[in-house]
Amino acid sequence: MSDLTISAEAQTLVAAYKRRSMWRAALVGFAVLALATMVVVDINTGPANLSFLRTLHVILDPSVASNKENVIIWQVRLPVALMAVCVGAMLGVAGAEMQTILNNPLADPFTLGLSSAASFGAALAIVLGWSVIPRVGGLMVTVNAFVFAMGTSFLLFLFTRLRGVSPEAMILVGIAVLFTCNALLAFLQYGASEFQLAQLIFWQMGSLARASWAKVGVCAAVLVVILPYFLSRSWALTALRMGEDKAAALGINVSLLRITVLGGVSVLAAVAVSFVGAIAFVGLVGPHIARMIVGEDQRGFLPLSALCGALILSGTSIASKAITPGIVYPIGMITSLIGIPFFILLILGQRKRHWQ
Amino acid sequence: MTELTASGLAFSYGKRRVLRDVGFDAIAPGTLTALIGPNASGKSTLFRLIAGLHRTESGAVHLGETDLATLSSRERLKRVCFMPQFFTANAALTVFDVVMMAHKQLRGWRVSEADMLAVGQALDHAGIGHLSEAFVSELSGGQSQMVSVVQALVRNSDVYLFDEPTSALDLRHQLQVLSQIKTAMAARGTIGIVALHDLNLAARFADHLVLLGQGRVLAQGTPGDVLRSPAISETYGVDIEITSGPRKDLLVHAYAS
Repeated sequence: MSDLTISAEAQTLVAAYKRRSMWRAALVGFAVLALATMVVVDINTGPANLSFLRTLHVILDPSVASNKENVIIWQVRLPVALMAVCVGAMLGVAGAEMQTILNNPLADPFTLGLSSAASFGAALAIVLGWSVIPRVGGLMVTVNAFVFAMGTSFLLFLFTRLRGVSPEAMILVGIAVLFTCNALLAFLQYGASEFQLAQLIFWQMGSLARASWAKVGVCAAVLVVILPYFLSRSWALTALRMGEDKAAALGINVSLLRITVLGGVSVLAAVAVSFVGAIAFVGLVGPHIARMIVGEDQRGFLPLSALCGALILSGTSIASKAITPGIVYPIGMITSLIGIPFFILLILGQRKRHWQ
Repeated sequence: MTELTASGLAFSYGKRRVLRDVGFDAIAPGTLTALIGPNASGKSTLFRLIAGLHRTESGAVHLGETDLATLSSRERLKRVCFMPQFFTANAALTVFDVVMMAHKQLRGWRVSEADMLAVGQALDHAGIGHLSEAFVSELSGGQSQMVSVVQALVRNSDVYLFDEPTSALDLRHQLQVLSQIKTAMAARGTIGIVALHDLNLAARFADHLVLLGQGRVLAQGTPGDVLRSPAISETYGVDIEITSGPRKDLLVHAYAS
């Protein structure tokens, strides 16, 4: 209001808000530190008996590495560790914005059938040896998965052109796609040989073992393009959580916002899923953890969702190697096992109830 | 003087015609107008047409010399602030957060000291400073309605449209919110329109009444004129008697006919 003097009460409110903003920034900073530590621990885990400090030293200054260290850290483990970070962040961001635009706490890239479509695409390559884009050779499975995931979101997009962009309709169509793809997938599985079936199931369980510097580069590039866009729409996305009416009254073109964000989320999820397989849970729980910690002001929520996703997947990568020495378990099965106890603790300890 | 005028507005939802040829006389800045009318008479729809959230089929809304249709929808919603009727949010956002969001209106990413002071001041003024750090998902219906009003008042617009800002409030807060709105409009020299169901509140606070019914404006003018016009009993389908209250205010009595 247009008053000249600022009352003491108003000052108190501002001070409280400032404290909370600082706290939020501190938490994001802390999560970044924790993530950096996780990455080093991740690289450290596994046979070779490297010390934490030595690993950190080699990462910061590659010139001191012995030949063996160079191979283990720089060529084998660092791409895997960074892949875990990138994919985790991508899934975290995708889940966060999916939940925001669909106004649904259960939404994540998988709710809309993206991962089922990706699995079906992968199955086409594994079982029938059929590639959507010819002559991609060894990348056939990845390319198929990506094309099918993107195709699904394009279908969704066409549907929204037809019937308008209501969250309910989008979720229902997503679920229809999910069941269709699962049914088609079952057909392929039924006709597959034992070897193909094993390969297919391993693909679906998700694995970071296929990581390479090139893939890490692609993931990082996608994040670098899409994350700033989402961040720049922070206020609009926050406003959307107040309901469509409110957001529209602030001058936000809600349909356009939903569609562009859906596009961004699709690319994030499709790239992540096609590189490491279907990893559920991260996209769902990462954002929920972030929400419980900092609330839904997107300026804190979005970065922390990305960081939570990355932390979960990084932790998973460590656990997958540490459970049985010498064996690397598929990450898909570990994410839920290590994430869920933590998640349930958070829900039980949470005083405030949102989404009710 | 930037007065708000409308003429010939029409709108239908599909085949259902809601408004036909709606217009009102110029509304002067610094005044509060109450938009009254029975349920489903098109009050919210009229607000949406003025704000440009729905496109009118004919006619135009002018603010001063400007035809609002010539503005971009972003620009139009900056000049016309519309507070929708319902607001239920289950978001993990605090009251301060959501008022800040309304205040920022998508401008820039950073929150400056001045932004924070403006929001703190607005909350304090509205008497809901104690709710500042509460989550919107925990508010009662009345509390969220008051937050909604602050979200509107914190913005700097030329026209403020409030869709039933008092429907969930107790007596004291009804009076408090309406006098806040009225004072703010007078102090800022802006145009305020409030959709109200309570004719007594309308008579008490509004400088002007506009009666909407059957998709048209059936009467407009000072509260005394409109409330005494035969149109009002016909529109609401009740007998209405007007008397003077102990403080020379108009009292509206309705009897089922």
